[in-house]
Amino acid sequence: MKQLLIFVQKEFKHVFRDKKTLLLLFGLPIAQIVLFGFALTNEIKDANLLIIDHSKDETTLQITEKFRASSSFSLRESVMNTSEMEDAFKRGSIKLALIFPSQFEQDLIHEGRAPIQLIADATDPNTATMLINYASSIIRDYQQSIATKPPELSIQIQHRNIYNPELKGTTNFVPGVMALVLLLICVLMTSVSIVKEKEMGTMEILLVSPFNPILVILAKAIPYLALSIVNLIVILLLSTFLLDTPVNGNVFLLVGVSIVLIMAALSLGLLISNSTNSQQMAMLISLMGMLLPTMMFTGFLFPLENMPMALQVFANMVPSKWYYIIVKDIMIKGLGCSAVWKETLILLGMILLLLALSIRKFKIRLS
Amino acid sequence: MTDTVIQTEKLTKIFGSFTAVDAITFDVKKGEIFGFLGANGAGKTTAMRMLCGLSVPSGGEATVAGFSVKNQAEQIKHSIGYMSQKFSLYEDLTVYENIRFFAGIYGIERKTIRARSSEMLQRLGLGDQRNTLVGSLPLGWKQKLAFSVAIFHSPRIVFLDEPTGGVDPVTRRQFWDLIYEASDNGITVFVTTHYMDEAEYCNRISMMVDGAIKALDTPANLKSQFQANDMDEVFYRLARRAKRKSY
Amino acid sequence: MKHVTLEGISKSYDSTKAVDEVHFNVEQGELFGLIGPDGAGKTTLFRILTTLILPDAGRAFVNGHHVVKDYKKIRKEVGYMPGKFSLYQDLTVEENLSFFASIFNTTIRENYELVKDIYVQIEPFKDRRAGKLSGGMKQKLALCCALIHRPVVLFLDEPTTGVDAVSRREFWEMLKSLKKQGITILVSTPYMDEADLCEKIALIQSGNIMTVDTPERIVSDFPDPVYAVQSDNMSRLLRELRGSDQVKSANAFGEFHHITFSGGTESMDRFLKGLREPMLIKSISPTIEDCFIHLMAAHD
Repeated sequence: MKQLLIFVQKEFKHVFRDKKTLLLLFGLPIAQIVLFGFALTNEIKDANLLIIDHSKDETTLQITEKFRASSSFSLRESVMNTSEMEDAFKRGSIKLALIFPSQFEQDLIHEGRAPIQLIADATDPNTATMLINYASSIIRDYQQSIATKPPELSIQIQHRNIYNPELKGTTNFVPGVMALVLLLICVLMTSVSIVKEKEMGTMEILLVSPFNPILVILAKAIPYLALSIVNLIVILLLSTFLLDTPVNGNVFLLVGVSIVLIMAALSLGLLISNSTNSQQMAMLISLMGMLLPTMMFTGFLFPLENMPMALQVFANMVPSKWYYIIVKDIMIKGLGCSAVWKETLILLGMILLLLALSIRKFKIRLS
Repeated sequence: MTDTVIQTEKLTKIFGSFTAVDAITFDVKKGEIFGFLGANGAGKTTAMRMLCGLSVPSGGEATVAGFSVKNQAEQIKHSIGYMSQKFSLYEDLTVYENIRFFAGIYGIERKTIRARSSEMLQRLGLGDQRNTLVGSLPLGWKQKLAFSVAIFHSPRIVFLDEPTGGVDPVTRRQFWDLIYEASDNGITVFVTTHYMDEAEYCNRISMMVDGAIKALDTPANLKSQFQANDMDEVFYRLARRAKRKSY
Repeated sequence: MKHVTLEGISKSYDSTKAVDEVHFNVEQGELFGLIGPDGAGKTTLFRILTTLILPDAGRAFVNGHHVVKDYKKIRKEVGYMPGKFSLYQDLTVEENLSFFASIFNTTIRENYELVKDIYVQIEPFKDRRAGKLSGGMKQKLALCCALIHRPVVLFLDEPTTGVDAVSRREFWEMLKSLKKQGITILVSTPYMDEADLCEKIALIQSGNIMTVDTPERIVSDFPDPVYAVQSDNMSRLLRELRGSDQVKSANAFGEFHHITFSGGTESMDRFLKGLREPMLIKSISPTIEDCFIHLMAAHD
């Protein structure tokens, strides 16, 4: 036990003396949170909208006013013709165009119907769909407000976005960033630090000592476990105070399941370090094998439901997928143990499997 | 035989407050085998880097093959060959691919490379190994091959950094046969070594201590100057005085 | 008492034989040198003896323990200094030493006597990081770390490779004083001139042990009288020697060439008569390197 303590001390010294890596480890989550929180948002704000009004009557002016009031759009009224509009689209100076035909109001009053044309730049299809939806809903609202008499039969849709009424992107990515950062630190740093001992030749001396090699691995894991927990707390604090996304559920439960994920990641890191002999290789496997699947198959960048069946099945093997579900349940929905026990069990199963594999592969000798 | 190919005048390199090379002045004649000796950390590598045009001196001047190390580094690189114990050839390329690559760097034509390389491989007894991966050759062969590649473009000077470290005694001697041959062909050989018997094979030897050249002469003269029986003793007497050691 | 025993140890990597049926014994308290060039199989043998790799065939014992079955016992009792510099560069001198002491369940204080002579030389720098030490200092620290648990057998894999002549001498002085403490020491080296500093040596080439004996006996077993010759033009002399039927072997050895004659003194007389220019010749006793070259030729 004393030996283990000394080994852990040594590991902490390694970590704290490598200032650059340390800075990276703590800078990374902060940078990611800030980036995702403020820069990389998928909410639409101030999209450039061009309105070509061939009618210029009261109704079109009222609708235009509605658009002006919306924070989603930034209005560019003009007297452009269609070809000038096309140029504007090509230059990228507008994302959406709304065209009122001439005699819009008259048509509406006399015939009971009038067309509005919406043209969206669909080079980014998601943005285009969202812009069309926003615009349509603004027009629909206006339509309802001017309706003189209610239609005889009408279905009123009332929708409410629960858990995240403001449709904030942060609720989506904070759990994602947590999964990403924890995996990255645990998998990458543990595997690299063990392989470093092999590369330096110190592993040779450790093996030729009565020190139990399994303890080497354990001692390596502890500092990164501690670092990860510190990082986790930093992320949660940032999320609560900077992004206004507090933990709705039990914080201790959240930390508890996070430790489960950290353990899964550590055991994966061990497996990688047991199978490689160079830091480069360990880094490459960690990045390709962990970072990419985590980004792709966790569900926070791309919805899993839309993926082909084979990829959905594959996603089940990515630990962060389950963690992401758990974190969303606890943090956003405020649910308790009863909601997340299944996913937690899956993660625990993964740990057992990975540990069994890495202990089987662990060498008490050189290759 | 008397033209000078390397000439240094108070060549100095300072890193911060540390004077790695301290105003060294010497010259090397064409075709000479010049032994560049010194304890670890005496400044050999730094001095050699400056002469190869890889590092700009902090003071003094040096010309290599008639070019200044200060502002004609590119011309120098074309006139020299370099080989070290640590890096010599690509292990994952074949013998011929290595030759073609390194000769290609110096702009030698494909046809010439083909003709000269088969002649060279015959001479080294590697005729059948043309398409063998360099990594699978024994160390001794690798080093001989690396030397031949380093002088493939007929440089005026070849720099050898501990070329025979760890090589077996027979191959080590064969390696020196190659060095003599190159020297007979007018190539100047600038060599560092930890084997003191090899120091005897050099025409002249410089001994570096704490960044400065403390002795420079033929092996015979050095031995009589220090009243030593062999070069090992000369080396020991000089290097023992070093102050830098206790870092 | 035999402290290290190898019986027909073989080990191959892929298709190349790294060591081939190696036999030798090392007595308790002996300073034993394993001498041969890079790639001869020295490191492989050391790794087998320190339980780091498994032999393909044969048996080996260290201090009476089987290297495969009793590997845990061996790991408690041996000290090992690998060829590559193997300390934590980002830990200080003292931190390194106390770390290695603690993984062997001991402390610096407990065995200070053993490393004292070496450690006092680096103690002034005990708060310096190991990565910032000079080559000679690093090597001394590595030796201290390998000794701190008072091993019964010490394995030093090429401790003097890449080290200059002055530090090499100092290192051998340290080994001699360690030997007095009764530790069995196995040391490998590519430098033939270090052979004379060992009590017993094995000459190894291409995975084969060519001979095992005391340096004196290996030298006295050399079959022919050896002469050192010198002239004004040594490379021309060497060519002439190699061209002569009377000369059996001729090799450059620093300022002299070492030669043997094919037919005893008769050959020598005949060769000397045919000489075209003056040559200094003297009878010498062969060096280990002469023996190594001779054995290499005999083994081919």
